[in-house]
Amino acid sequence: MANKVIMKGNEALAEAAILAGCRHYFGYPITPQTEVAAYMAKKMPKIGGTFLQAESEIAAINMVIGVASAGKRVMTSSSSPGISLKSEGISYLAGCDLPALIVNVQRGGPGLGGIQPSQADYFQATRGGGHGDYHLLVFAPSTVQEMVTLTVKGFELADKYRMPSMLLADGTLGQMMEPVVLDIGEVKTYEKPWALTGTELKREHNIVNSLFLQPEELEQVNFARYKMYEEIEATEAMYDTYLMDDADICIVAFGIAARVSKNAIDAARAEGIKVGMIRPITLWPFPKKPLLEAADKVNSFISVELSMGQMIEDIELAIRCKKPVSLCNRVGGMIPTTEDILNSIKKAAKGGNA
Amino acid sequence: MQYKRVNIIAGHYGSGKTNIAINLAMKMKEDGAQVVCADLDIVNPYFRSKDAKCALEKKGIGMIASEYANTNVDMPAMPSDAYSMFDNKDRYAVIDLGGDDVGAAALGRFREAILEENNYDCFWVVNPFRPLTRTVELAMEAKEEIEAVLGFRFTKIINNANLGDETTQEDVLGSVEYINRLSELSGLPVAFTACKEELFAELENKIVNLFPVTLYLRQGWNKKGE
Repeated sequence: MANKVIMKGNEALAEAAILAGCRHYFGYPITPQTEVAAYMAKKMPKIGGTFLQAESEIAAINMVIGVASAGKRVMTSSSSPGISLKSEGISYLAGCDLPALIVNVQRGGPGLGGIQPSQADYFQATRGGGHGDYHLLVFAPSTVQEMVTLTVKGFELADKYRMPSMLLADGTLGQMMEPVVLDIGEVKTYEKPWALTGTELKREHNIVNSLFLQPEELEQVNFARYKMYEEIEATEAMYDTYLMDDADICIVAFGIAARVSKNAIDAARAEGIKVGMIRPITLWPFPKKPLLEAADKVNSFISVELSMGQMIEDIELAIRCKKPVSLCNRVGGMIPTTEDILNSIKKAAKGGNA
Repeated sequence: MQYKRVNIIAGHYGSGKTNIAINLAMKMKEDGAQVVCADLDIVNPYFRSKDAKCALEKKGIGMIASEYANTNVDMPAMPSDAYSMFDNKDRYAVIDLGGDDVGAAALGRFREAILEENNYDCFWVVNPFRPLTRTVELAMEAKEEIEAVLGFRFTKIINNANLGDETTQEDVLGSVEYINRLSELSGLPVAFTACKEELFAELENKIVNLFPVTLYLRQGWNKKGE
């Protein structure tokens, strides 16, 4: 039989984590990402790994801090309200310069919200989410196959830069089934001389810590971290383009919104409207450069989001407000339809606001 | 195919039970039976047989589903009218269970009624392209777990080998060996091999008991023309 299998997005990312060498999973169930935990519960004991359902999200993220300190690949997953609970621990991971993968399969909010898909945790993911100055590497898959490749990438870059990564999916991507190829090739690993592995009295002891007694020192640590963030912004932004060569209108969309947008673009093109798309694959670092370049070519942008308009602010900043940006959105667990987006495109083509 | 009155659709998580249930209910209706389809999935929050409620009702097939299915009520709720499947024995019933042993638990309260009436088929839906049933040994393990919770045995296998929209003729043909082996190991007959309707014509003469299925749970974000 073919080298393909059919998997749910949640299962695929779990399997990808295992393929990337992750043997420690700590979590707490929440719809619509519970399959991640269920898959890990089945698989981890068979391969000598650890699956642990913690007593809460807060406990789970602190277990992640522990394993990350020991230099092992580790992950946790949740959905929106659970990520809010984990945010304190995520800030500690960032403050301790620890690599780990956090998966957010978003659902509608705020508050308890609902269990249907959403992208309304964009601000939380791209601005850090917890307290203090920090960033996460944020990956936004739009297919089940990308759930696999970006999970692996998330682990790799987290280790490379010693910082936490986030896979920012949504309920639809977590729940949908698609064929995937699990042959992911060679996984990059990195030496971790900083890890707490025991000195055996052969070296100076390592310290993993986010507390600094002197403000001058803490300031320098922040400066150094942001120097590294600059390098990441310059080198690690990922994006995809669709029919941008002759486009007059540029849609910007990620995840599930990008898939619906593609159908709307095809429909608009059939009616003679020149529209294309820039799909951010990393949300931090945000692909500012291709957007700024597009601003000199297109007449306007449309941000398609499952939120009240969060990424639209990054688009306006990236293009220095050179061109108008309109919003096409649904919220609360609803997904924009092809028709919703097509209507926005038509309005933009007439020069109006979508 | 000769139908039993109660048709239970169970199997590993994500093996395609829901789509099989909907298609089987449609076929039974076409063959002249009065049919009711019951969504007893207490595992899946999305992509449920209730999604096909309109399509089923248009064909005159009754739908039993929790009024909370597809809402934000995140609880494994049973439909309030589920017992009507057993009170009214004039209708055929197709029961779509949730995946694995966890999903099979929903049938527990009906076990006695099912065994007493003793006019049922318990279909074991298998998709060899699912990683956790990739080998016949893994599939057999899953079978034991489900049967332990059901409290009775499967009666027939449904081969649902597929890769969703991307399924090719070769994918279905390649699954025959696996399914035959599974049939041998379990001692269960293969009721039919399902294939998406687009492949039916090319495969009809190559596979015995081929059953064309329409994919009812397709969504708007899939590429056009598929």
